[in-house]
Amino acid sequence: MPTIATVYRWELFKLRYQKRTYLGLGACVLVPIMFVLAIHFRGGGDRHGDFAFSSYLDRSGLAVPLVMLLFGAVWLFPLITALVAGDIVASEDHNGTLKTIFTRSLERGQIFTGKLLAAATYAIGAIFLAGTVAVVAGSIQSGFNSLQSLSGTTVTAPKALELVYVSLLVYLIPIAAIVCIGLLLSSITRNSAAAVVGTLMVSLLFQVIGILPGLGSLQPYLLSTQFNAWQGLLRTPIDWSPIIRAAWVCAMYGLPSLAAAYLVFLRRDVAGG
Amino acid sequence: MNWPHGPVPLEVRGLVKRYGELTAVAGVDLTVNTGDVYGYLGPNGAGKTTSLRMMLGLIRPTEGSVRLFGQDPMQSVRALQGVAGFVEAPTFYPYLSARRNLELLGSFDGGDARRRVDEALATVELTGRAKDRVGGYSHGMRQRLGIAAALLRDPKLLLLDEPATGLDPAGMRDMRLLIRRLADQGMTVVLSSHLLAEVEELCNRVAIVRSGAIVYEGEIAELQRGAGTVYRLSTTDDTRALSVARAQRGISDVRTEHGRIVFKAEGDPAVAELSQALIEGGALIHMLNPETVTLEDLFFSLTEGAPPVDGQPADAAAVPESPAAATPEASP
Repeated sequence: MPTIATVYRWELFKLRYQKRTYLGLGACVLVPIMFVLAIHFRGGGDRHGDFAFSSYLDRSGLAVPLVMLLFGAVWLFPLITALVAGDIVASEDHNGTLKTIFTRSLERGQIFTGKLLAAATYAIGAIFLAGTVAVVAGSIQSGFNSLQSLSGTTVTAPKALELVYVSLLVYLIPIAAIVCIGLLLSSITRNSAAAVVGTLMVSLLFQVIGILPGLGSLQPYLLSTQFNAWQGLLRTPIDWSPIIRAAWVCAMYGLPSLAAAYLVFLRRDVAGG
Repeated sequence: MNWPHGPVPLEVRGLVKRYGELTAVAGVDLTVNTGDVYGYLGPNGAGKTTSLRMMLGLIRPTEGSVRLFGQDPMQSVRALQGVAGFVEAPTFYPYLSARRNLELLGSFDGGDARRRVDEALATVELTGRAKDRVGGYSHGMRQRLGIAAALLRDPKLLLLDEPATGLDPAGMRDMRLLIRRLADQGMTVVLSSHLLAEVEELCNRVAIVRSGAIVYEGEIAELQRGAGTVYRLSTTDDTRALSVARAQRGISDVRTEHGRIVFKAEGDPAVAELSQALIEGGALIHMLNPETVTLEDLFFSLTEGAPPVDGQPADAAAVPESPAAATPEASP
């Protein structure tokens, strides 16, 4: 009998044939390379700005993926995530294929779960691809050297590499919430462009709320803040509190969105197509 | 309802679908028995496609029930076991080839479905184009691929919505032959259409739907028999013949059409008595021809004119009372 794994495999197969997949993955490859090229052409003497790990960009390539995570949170990674999560249900509406797959031998819940897993897999793949390209390109440019933690201690290169990849994992917590929001908008709007742009807008809205004067008390509970939770790993000793908070705050945003998307998908009338 | 040989392929009772104030389907009742080639007829906007979508579990009914081999498609997709078909134009992933699309659908069906891909492609004569992306397919090729996708499920009941719509004459003929072949293999087929010649040629039973309600359900032959035979008459004195015919028992619907008298008769004895009366009245007969009522005539008489009241067509007197005729609920 067909299972969720059947849907999951075919969703991944379908992603191979869609331009937006390569648009997102292409950005994951090109953005770190462009970032490293910018470091290269500005020269070692120039300051790169006043942000975490900025002073290390010329001394260790392992600072590159961390800086990229910092800036990618604004729109790059939410957009890459939304490209698939926002499209994965809406594209079925666009092609009119929901009626085709709903009249086979799979329950709607199985189809939804397969799609969720495929969107999550894409997001995970994209983040780790971008991180790996940044590590490689950064190491070519600035060397595979030790890094200074946010507490001022020196972290050896192998340990720093490990922390980079664990940071990528922590970064996936808010990304998972974005996947859920994207799926919800994809299910509700039934329009890929609206769902992709809408997901990005939700992400940007949190950024805007975060910089509004007088709303500082909301900061710890905003989705945008959770994109910085990985910085807790770069302290000595490791500060787990932002990571734990990211887990429940993101669950607060993600789980209701996911439940709503699931119900909409399960109960909707397929009247078009 | 359980039949001696198990549940019937399709049983619909009191099916209603409302969208706000609009009633798209207004109390449809129908039963499709094993081996039927069942025509679901109606003009555009009559609610045929909405009904079919509810039959396939794509739309939740406002009221009423659908049973496919005794199971409710809204409860579980397991109700679609042995059922296949498409509503409106069949749709596929345009960026995948026909073969990939069928492999995907076969995987979603489970069992042996995926192993039937080649056979299904061959049945609809698309083997040579199987590697082409569906995005480049013509409408007719997609219709055929829709049939292939349905055949993957090895269905016992096939629900097809306007399968010949948009096809050229050769494509329509091929589609008819294909459906006939499938029916001859023992498949029960429900065919939604407004192509009356197609239905008349293929189907043994029909439901005629109008404004979301069924105005006739039963065998085509019975519908035609019940409608009576229309006669065309020409005499030496048509004015006198008209008044004689109108006064005659067993003769109805007497009118003039294209310079000829047209009437319906309850049977041969009534016609014989009319002939006698005409001669006695001094209107000698030039010509008296019986004409069988076509499905098209019946369709228009059932679906045109004022909306039905309490499930009866506006000109119910001209339409046979079928024992199987539905008495759907009127729209609120």
